[in-house]
Amino acid sequence: MKVARWTRTSKLFTGGAAALAVTLACVPLVFESDVVQKLTTLLILVLLAAMWNALAGYGGLLSVGQQAFIGIGAYGTVFFADLGVAPYVAMLLATLLAGAIALPISLFALRLRAAQFAIGMWVIAEVISLIVRLDQNLGAGTGISLIQLNQYEPNFRQAYTFWLALGFTVVFLAALFFLLRSPLGASLQAIRDDEDAARSLGVRVAARKRLLFVLAGFGCGAAGVLVVANTLFIEPGSVFSVQWSAYMIFMVLVGGLGTFEGPIVGAILLFAIQTTFTQGGPWYLVGLGATAALFALALPRGLWGTVEERLGLRLLPVGYRVVEAKGEERAA
Amino acid sequence: MTLLNAALQGIFLGAFYAVLACGLSIMFGVMRIINLAHGDIAVFGAYVMFVIVEHTGVSAFIAFAAALPVMVVLGYVLQLTVLERSLKSGILTPLLATFGLSIVIQNLLQLAFSPDVRSLGGSAGAVTTGSWQVTSGLSVSALGLVVLVVAVLVFGALQLFLSRTRMGWMMRATAEDADAAELVGIDSRGVYAWATAFAVAIAALGGLFLAIRSVFDPVSGPTQLIFAFEAVVIGGMGSLWGTLVGGIALGVAQTLGAQIHPQFAVMAGHLLFLVVLIARYGGGRDFLPRARRLLLARAGR
Amino acid sequence: MTLLKVEALDCRYGLLQAVRGVSFEVAAGETVALIGANGAGKTTLLRAVAGAHRPHGGRVVFDGVDITTLPAHRRVALGIALVPEGRRLFPSLTVEENLRVAASPRRHGRWNMETVLEVFPLLRARRHTAAAKLSGGEQQAVAIGRALMSNPQLLLLDEVSLGLAPVVVEAVYRALAGILNEGATVLLVEQDLTRALGVAGRVVCMLEGRVVLEGPARALDRDRVVSAYFGLRRPA
Repeated sequence: MKVARWTRTSKLFTGGAAALAVTLACVPLVFESDVVQKLTTLLILVLLAAMWNALAGYGGLLSVGQQAFIGIGAYGTVFFADLGVAPYVAMLLATLLAGAIALPISLFALRLRAAQFAIGMWVIAEVISLIVRLDQNLGAGTGISLIQLNQYEPNFRQAYTFWLALGFTVVFLAALFFLLRSPLGASLQAIRDDEDAARSLGVRVAARKRLLFVLAGFGCGAAGVLVVANTLFIEPGSVFSVQWSAYMIFMVLVGGLGTFEGPIVGAILLFAIQTTFTQGGPWYLVGLGATAALFALALPRGLWGTVEERLGLRLLPVGYRVVEAKGEERAA
Repeated sequence: MTLLNAALQGIFLGAFYAVLACGLSIMFGVMRIINLAHGDIAVFGAYVMFVIVEHTGVSAFIAFAAALPVMVVLGYVLQLTVLERSLKSGILTPLLATFGLSIVIQNLLQLAFSPDVRSLGGSAGAVTTGSWQVTSGLSVSALGLVVLVVAVLVFGALQLFLSRTRMGWMMRATAEDADAAELVGIDSRGVYAWATAFAVAIAALGGLFLAIRSVFDPVSGPTQLIFAFEAVVIGGMGSLWGTLVGGIALGVAQTLGAQIHPQFAVMAGHLLFLVVLIARYGGGRDFLPRARRLLLARAGR
Repeated sequence: MTLLKVEALDCRYGLLQAVRGVSFEVAAGETVALIGANGAGKTTLLRAVAGAHRPHGGRVVFDGVDITTLPAHRRVALGIALVPEGRRLFPSLTVEENLRVAASPRRHGRWNMETVLEVFPLLRARRHTAAAKLSGGEQQAVAIGRALMSNPQLLLLDEVSLGLAPVVVEAVYRALAGILNEGATVLLVEQDLTRALGVAGRVVCMLEGRVVLEGPARALDRDRVVSAYFGLRRPA
């Protein structure tokens, strides 16, 4: 018997993904800056969805507080830029800062399970938001602009930001992809399928989860950096808003929790919805919340997971999946 | 004296948090789930009372009594439609489903009532304004006292219910072993539905106090949820009286924090919550001994 | 008269099939022992009859009614009670609360708080003690008493002697003998072959999910039972 990871489709598709990245890189050379800005937003969503999925889909860690790292990335950029660091260097530093802060937070956050972790992370986000609000240099509660970016001509600025977004997305998706394919990946999927069983087989669950948590800290920090680079103005009320978590949950649940491709599908879907209903507003959010809840209850594997299951399709091969049969014990 | 007064006001505030947390604690105790829409349900209850007061001009307390049956039915139906399904599929699903529900409730309230800030303080009668000056620096507000007394009564009644009634035993039995409870003839679905109905009804009481004490708007829910959850965790998850103590500890932390700086009130509560989490589940047990070993090894050299 | 009829029952845990096409009947007033090695599917079969495990196929008919899809608590109301393996008491509830919570408001009969305490007098002094603080024997007594509180027509006993000291097992079975003599219908799982053959009128022996031997306890010779038990040689 032969165990194969790559199929023809998946080889073609992985090649296609690389080609897509190269094509995307040419977008700013061809299109207007508003298109570029919109695509930047899409990349931010893809990045966020992938990171939230890394936590929940592979680590079983449902966080309602990833906005903490988005905020650290965004405010970190402003902070470093104010110190006189070149804006795009400040963005890299802020990303590193978010990842660095994720490490100490992980030391205790990872001890918590389920609801305690979810709300514990939320409270951490609130605390960081309160700290920012107390700092007059960061605009306190009223917000602050990244004025240092004004030194660039708008079209160039938009292009640089887009390339940064593309770079971040490629780097973080590739990191996740190779992480899941590595020997570590097998243990991560074991944890996802049954944490206690994985532990009893000697998988160092805590260390694996920490890896995912810090990766997600970096990734969400990068997304925060991109938010401030894309919009130029941030305030604690929106950048630390729990709404980010709502978006992430929506994208991942609808796309497919615990699948590599699913969150990307979810991000494209959310992006399409956002550009169609530009007014936003309560109805749109009612739909978002209801859809997320419905998917959680009725279609827990999401769109992609369901397609994959029905058709045996696998575009980006990260491993082998086991259908959960946990209903048994609780239903009994 | 100001510190003593702050602590006293903290006890009153904490009693309010305890009422908010009570339903959350019941649902966790019986079903091991945390309802992330709990705060929004409390705010929804406040809006139901608001509508009743607007249309009939009755006092907020009478509006609460009228809203109570609505909330009980709402809780019962919520369990049978949404939560029961989510219980069957792992520990993350109830969180995801109730988070979605929370967003739905907030935005439906937004649509129905606009984002304006409301209050029921004006329709609660003299209780909102009355207070006794004990000494120059120490005052006891009538409302604070009412909330405290009601909180103690609610927890006391719940304790009696759980320890003295057959329905209470059924709830405890199901909480401890739902499978075995079914085998002795207990309808666990029904018990769960009643637990949620109680939780939602008590959340409405929290909504009443929120509306009388201060103001609320469609997105007030998440903050109430966080405070309620903090109270539950500080008091020890799964312990009923612990929730009352936890709520009061949170309230006192907030009012004492406000003594340092008005903006520090909420932060002090969060910090207390995080410290309790760390002490109970977090690094402490593992990292402190390791740090001590390291230090000792250094000292030994 | 047939009280319980199990027809071609299949039970699965995921891909693992624990019970394979089992059929047998229990007549009213009969005591039937289910025997077999560990993993033969006895406990699963008992749980499927009680409603704690939903079968994958087949039927369970009780007193002429098809109860295959009925949840466990409804079966209690119809008159089936299981004393589960490992006793499964409610640890924070007192002895009295454990018993009272199981009293079915719709089923009346010989058993109530007082009569259960008469059969298990050792529980009288422990009435207000939390179940978690009881000894193994006391816990087993409460578990049996709890099942009796619903005045069942059919009592299912799963390994009541498991983990108990021999003296205690003796006491539990002495109490059970009284219950059995009153004409109760009992289906019990018991590891101890001698004891099973001693109390039961009929024996059903299972091996790897199937019934391999069935017959009146008196008529079966011990060697045949032992070989069926371990599957040494399958009887034709």
